[in-house]
This record gives sequence, structure tokens and C-alpha cells, in this order.
Amino acid sequence: MSAVVRLHNVHKSFGSHKVLEGVSFEVGRGEVAAVIGQSGSGKSTALRCINALETIEHGSIDVCGHAVHDPKLDRRSLRRDVGIVFQSYNLFPHLTVEQNIMLAPTCVKALPKAKARELAREVLARVGLEAKAENYPEQLSGGQQQRVAIARSLAMQPKLMLFDEVTSALDPQLTGEVLKVMEDLARGGMTMILVTHEMAFARKVASQVIYMHKGKVWETGPGSMLDAPKTAELASFVGSGL
Amino acid sequence: MPTFSLVHLEFLGWAALWTLGLSAIAFIGGGLVGFAVALARISPVRGLRWAAIGYIQIVQGTPLLILLFLIYFGIAILGFSEVPALAAAGLGLTIYSSGFLAEIWRGCIQSVPRTQWEAAECLALTPWQRMTRVILPQAARIATAPTVGFLVQIVKNTSLASVVGFVELAQAGKLINNSIFEPFTVFMVVAAIYFAICFPLSTWSRSLERKLNVGRR
Repeated sequence: MSAVVRLHNVHKSFGSHKVLEGVSFEVGRGEVAAVIGQSGSGKSTALRCINALETIEHGSIDVCGHAVHDPKLDRRSLRRDVGIVFQSYNLFPHLTVEQNIMLAPTCVKALPKAKARELAREVLARVGLEAKAENYPEQLSGGQQQRVAIARSLAMQPKLMLFDEVTSALDPQLTGEVLKVMEDLARGGMTMILVTHEMAFARKVASQVIYMHKGKVWETGPGSMLDAPKTAELASFVGSGL
Repeated sequence: MPTFSLVHLEFLGWAALWTLGLSAIAFIGGGLVGFAVALARISPVRGLRWAAIGYIQIVQGTPLLILLFLIYFGIAILGFSEVPALAAAGLGLTIYSSGFLAEIWRGCIQSVPRTQWEAAECLALTPWQRMTRVILPQAARIATAPTVGFLVQIVKNTSLASVVGFVELAQAGKLINNSIFEPFTVFMVVAAIYFAICFPLSTWSRSLERKLNVGRR
């Protein structure tokens, strides 16, 4: 099986603070990997390293055939293959929902306006928000904004999607509607890596759970590993979450 | 002895047009240069960044009056004997405005949240696309009020152009007063004309802000 993402012995620090201390894991095509762990365990940083938002000091990261650790990396070509959704949505406030989605396909892939609009309607339908195409982000609820952010990423037809704590700013009901969209994506065969605090979702949807602790991959396995933790740290982490 | 009359008012009217023209030159010239300097100021190229910082510091740390003298007499020393007053004043005010507009706009560009830059970058936009399609439209909204505020400063500072022999509104007032000795009347009229130019600018700023506020209701 060829891995879409392969991290090998990745080290990263901010100043003297070591955030990642030898992180290695692999994610195969169509797999859904859930990265869990306490705040400060390095899970978000690991995710940001995958699409070169952070540069690493040591180790290697290969993503969809791109050597991300290589200083000569073509970032734009990497980002055409990798979509990312952030905790704070990061929609462009001066553009309508539809324009938010059309921007990258028209700019980056030189798609004609009409085609891009068609594409926007299509991805909006996938997240159940066709009716909001003409609205500005501020007029939407947090959950709707996050679904638009997912649609915006989808419009670039990425081979891999990263989700950085995408439901952490949402109440339980809005969280539910976003998770449902992500579950649909997973069922559609999208390769996904998500940093999340939603244990139930990780257990149910993830094909691989990666538990990070103190900048290292502490334990990894299928969703069921959450029910039978091998390490004391994971046991206490899962225990405190219940 | 003659008193303040329509003739004088007409003279002031023409002078006011020169004030407007000089302001326009200063704002357009200063805007173009200032925008380039603002971009250089945040460039990833260190040399460019330092050059922009140096330029801004020198311009902001020099009185406009001295800048105008330097240009007027400096050009003469370089061998161009007859410098038109308009050219000297226009150049001086352009340099002056560019130094301030660069710093105002640099601040506005950088006040667009970091996350917006990241989101644009992650959608594979080029740095230029990111700047023109995502960052600048948002920075423009933030920049409106301080930019128009500075534009009003420019209008008033054109009065310094009189030192290089340029007859604009303030200088015209002085000339009229020299002949009729009614300083209060003359300079009240001059002040009223300045106000009549500046007030609509402020009003325009508010309406522009509302228009650019799209997306935030």
C-alpha cells in the first residue's frame, strides 16, 4: 500500500521549546487518521508541518509525492494537492460564500467564471448550503461557516484534506452538522487527517488513531484502541474525556 | 483704499484651484510611491525592507519646509536653473506624502489577520494573488479613515509651497492682505475655503467606509 503521507522522525521547535521530538506515522490512500492528545502535545504543529505552514528542523515528510522537508519544495504545487480547514474557519470576509469558493479555482486553475460557479454550487450542495451562496460569511452561523470552509477546500479537488480542530469553536449542535459533513467525505473515500478532541467521532470514523504526547507519537492503532489503552497516559487521557 | 471685493474673491478662487491641483499631485504621486514603499517595507527581501525603512525614517524626520527648500535649490544646483515652482512643490509634497502613506498602509496591510494570509496561501494562490484578492481589499477598509485624514493634512500642508514661490490659497491671501490690509476678513475667507475643501473629504471618507464595509453588514 502506498502511503499518501509519511512522516519520519520529524523534529520541530519554537525557539528553545521542543514541540515535535521524532514524530513518525503514515497515512494510506482513503484512510482517515485522527490525531488526538492534550493541548500542547504538538498535534496541531504536526498537521501544519504536513502542508509546509511550519518548516521542520530534522526528519522527512512526504506528501502525495512532494518532499515537504526539501528546502526547494514547490509550495504551491503541494497546496494544490492538500486542502486544510482551520479551527477559526478563515473565510474571506469581503467575499460572498460563492466568491470564497470560486477564488482559488479561477486564480490557480484558471477555471472560467461560469465553470467555477457551477463547481461552487456543486460543493455547496455537498455540505448542504446551496441556499447560502450569495451570503457573506458574517451572516452565517459558525457551523455553516465551517462547512463553507470545507466546501472551499473541496473545490480544489485535493488528494488529501487536513482538519485542524475544526469543531473546537462550535457548540454541540453545530459540531454535529460539521462532523456529519466530514463523515460523508470519509465515506466518499477522501484521505483525511484530523486533529480533534471529538473522541466519539475518532472512534467511529477513523481508520487510524494517533495519540500524541509530549511531542511524540505515544500510541497508535485502530479506533478501538481508545477502549483498551496500552499506555497509562492514553488511559488517563481517554478517562478524563469521559 | 480698496476693500475686499469680488475681484479678490475670484483671485482666491483661482488660488484654491492651485491648492487642489497640488494636493492631487501630492496624493496621487505620494500614493503610487508610498504603495511601492509599503510593499517593500514588508518584503521578504531584507535589503528592500531596510531601504524602505530608511526612506520612511528620513522623510518623516525632515520638516516639509526644509524638504521643499532642498528640492527647489537642490535642483538649481544640479544645473536646471529655472525650476517651475509647481514641479518643485509637487515633487516635495509627493516625497513627503509617500513617506507617511507608506507607513499608514504598511500598518493596514499587516493588520489583516495572519490567518487570512495563511488561508490564502493554503489555497495555492500566488503571493501577488493573495495580496490583490485577499489582503488589499480587507486592508483598504481599514485604511480609509487614516488615508483620508492624511489627505486633509496634505491639503493644508500645500500652504507651505508658497516658500518656493508657488501662489496657492494661503499665499494668495497674503498677497491680497498686503494690498488692502484687512487681515481678518481675508484670512477668514481663506480659512473658510480650506474648510470647504476638507469637510467634504471627511464626509466622503465615512461613506466610503460604509461601502467597503460589505460583509460586515
